[in-house]
Amino acid sequence: MHRIVNYVKAVNEALHIAMESDAKVITFGLGVDDPKCIFGTTAGLKEKFGSERVFDMPVSENALTGVAIGASLNGIRPVMSHQRLDFFLLGMDQLVNNASKWFYMFGGKRSVPITIRLILGRGWGQGPQHSQNLQAWFAHIPGLKVVMPVTPYDAKGLLLSSIFDDNPVIYLEHRWLHNLEGEVPEGDYRVPIGKAHVIKQGEDLTIVSLSYMTIEALHAVDVLERQGIHCELVDLRTVSPIDWETVFQSVKKTGRVLALDTATETLSIAGEVVAKVSMELFDALKSPPRRLALPDFPTPTSLALTEKYYRRAEDIVNIVGEMLGNNLNIKEILDSRKSFHDVPGDWFKGPF
Amino acid sequence: MNIYISLNKSEKFDIMTAIVDIDTKRKMLFQLKRIRAVEETIAKKYSEGKMRCPTHLCTGQEAIAVGVCAALRNDDFVVSTHRSHGHYLAKGGDLKKMLAEIYGKATGCSGGKGGSMHLIDESVGFMGSTSIVGGTIPIGTGLGLSIKLNGTDQVSCVFFGDGATEEGVFYESLNFAVLKGLPLLYICENNFYSVYSPLHVRQPSGRNIFEMARCFGIESSKGDGNDVIDVYSIVSQSVDYIRTQGKPIFLEFTTYRWHEHCGPNFDNDIGYRTCEEYLWWRGKDPIALLINNIKNNNEIGDPEIKNIEKIITEEVNEAFHFAEISQFPHSEDAFTQLFKL
Repeated sequence: MHRIVNYVKAVNEALHIAMESDAKVITFGLGVDDPKCIFGTTAGLKEKFGSERVFDMPVSENALTGVAIGASLNGIRPVMSHQRLDFFLLGMDQLVNNASKWFYMFGGKRSVPITIRLILGRGWGQGPQHSQNLQAWFAHIPGLKVVMPVTPYDAKGLLLSSIFDDNPVIYLEHRWLHNLEGEVPEGDYRVPIGKAHVIKQGEDLTIVSLSYMTIEALHAVDVLERQGIHCELVDLRTVSPIDWETVFQSVKKTGRVLALDTATETLSIAGEVVAKVSMELFDALKSPPRRLALPDFPTPTSLALTEKYYRRAEDIVNIVGEMLGNNLNIKEILDSRKSFHDVPGDWFKGPF
Repeated sequence: MNIYISLNKSEKFDIMTAIVDIDTKRKMLFQLKRIRAVEETIAKKYSEGKMRCPTHLCTGQEAIAVGVCAALRNDDFVVSTHRSHGHYLAKGGDLKKMLAEIYGKATGCSGGKGGSMHLIDESVGFMGSTSIVGGTIPIGTGLGLSIKLNGTDQVSCVFFGDGATEEGVFYESLNFAVLKGLPLLYICENNFYSVYSPLHVRQPSGRNIFEMARCFGIESSKGDGNDVIDVYSIVSQSVDYIRTQGKPIFLEFTTYRWHEHCGPNFDNDIGYRTCEEYLWWRGKDPIALLINNIKNNNEIGDPEIKNIEKIITEEVNEAFHFAEISQFPHSEDAFTQLFKL
């Protein structure tokens, strides 16, 4: 019996299960109990678990990150949510200087089991300060785990793993995935942190992807298949630590790798994939590795300006064609697009 | 048993001056002298090049650490700053493990991963000290939140300097502690300098930090941070208030560091403060002030003080010896403890 729910519901279920199974789990963040409940992800929590454990917070990102750390040192498991990653930049001091290092710098005395949920924006004029995808910043800091679930199944299973991990976990949730539906089992289950998922098997080329770009990649892989090209699609799921074993296994088989990213290109996770594959599997490569990420510019706001800024399935198909020396057809993709490029689908009516 | 006499330090929060019993005075004298001996021994031996980490000595400021911690229970939490030796020791932190940490040894309280600025002894509620200005203010506040959620009657105490009250996170944390009614004891050690920058170039003249804090809705008071009796008196009443009322308290204590900001030397010659000012504060030595008080009351005689000094010298010598002969961690240990497995 398949049970289909959307991403928002999957996140919400994980929070309910975590708070029900452990009285030390608390949830806070701007808007967790407002009428919108962070896009619905925190719905019903305050009613069920009370205002001691579920509360809105002052606009004090740095202090409340520190408060989460302090509470976690004495047995509390805080889940802090921000409606955009961009606002959390004010909390980077506490995250980088304290949370990521506490266990290490005191010689393994006490770890910091906090989960920080950050939502990544795209399109609809989110612009320079509402759509930054800074996963590489977090992944660059030793002592942090960084997950970027794509499917509702992974969203729930990885959030539960994050909350009950004894270390700080950054849980990056892409806004364009919120309406995605998929099979989600009832009850508690865990998707392990640090394990990639081979979504589709293939022999010709490996696409290593993350977060929303995996959706674009799925469209591209389908189209490519109809043109006789069989890609293997590896969704990283966790970007720190990266599951190199799965990545390497795939690239050894295909000899070609294209790394996708939702962030700007330079010093991106995609760049790290290219570097590591080049270093470790140089002899196995049939063509130079490629990466597809955003241009190294702030995100523009206007519909007109984002048209060539964001990367989509047709860009993936074009690069795959270049790598294989084929001229591939992207007409099928272009014809299938029914909505503007700045929305994930008809369901998204803005404003954020 | 302590007896309190009204002193009316604050309009709202009625602080009284305490007549402190002799046992408490004896313990505080011991701690003052012990911390002084440790810091001055570090200063003396620092040039040997074996304590290879930034080290901020608290000589001259000991009375705040001692007076505050004497009023706290073992299970109360303390978090602290870059200048944390006194807080750690006054709270009951293990001296050997502290010195071993400064020497970078495996037997150190953080296994050599932290150094002087990252002390920890959870067995006595000393939950950690960090080096970024203001960094532990929200962490102590979060410990206060955990106390409230767990339903215990502990107090979470945060030590920080005057400089930290200029950080945004200070205001954010105070606001949150008042909002949630957290059992927080905020201790501002105002030594008038942030590194070499005097208070008057950092905060407007005429401001009292403790009065500013009160505007957040937190009860606050100010005391002489070199007078351990005054510190203990104010803090013990504050801790009673926090435990019974479940509300935070903010206290500002003025004091002065004798040594340079970081390191074992004196730096009155480099121009940021005058020798005259330094000598005035030397005249307010916390240890001399307490001994005067004790002698005026004929409570402890010279032989007992000599005996205290002898015990301390032996303990400190032994602890330094322990630190020096302890093994360094294995170089591979650098690659452990990134995560709790």
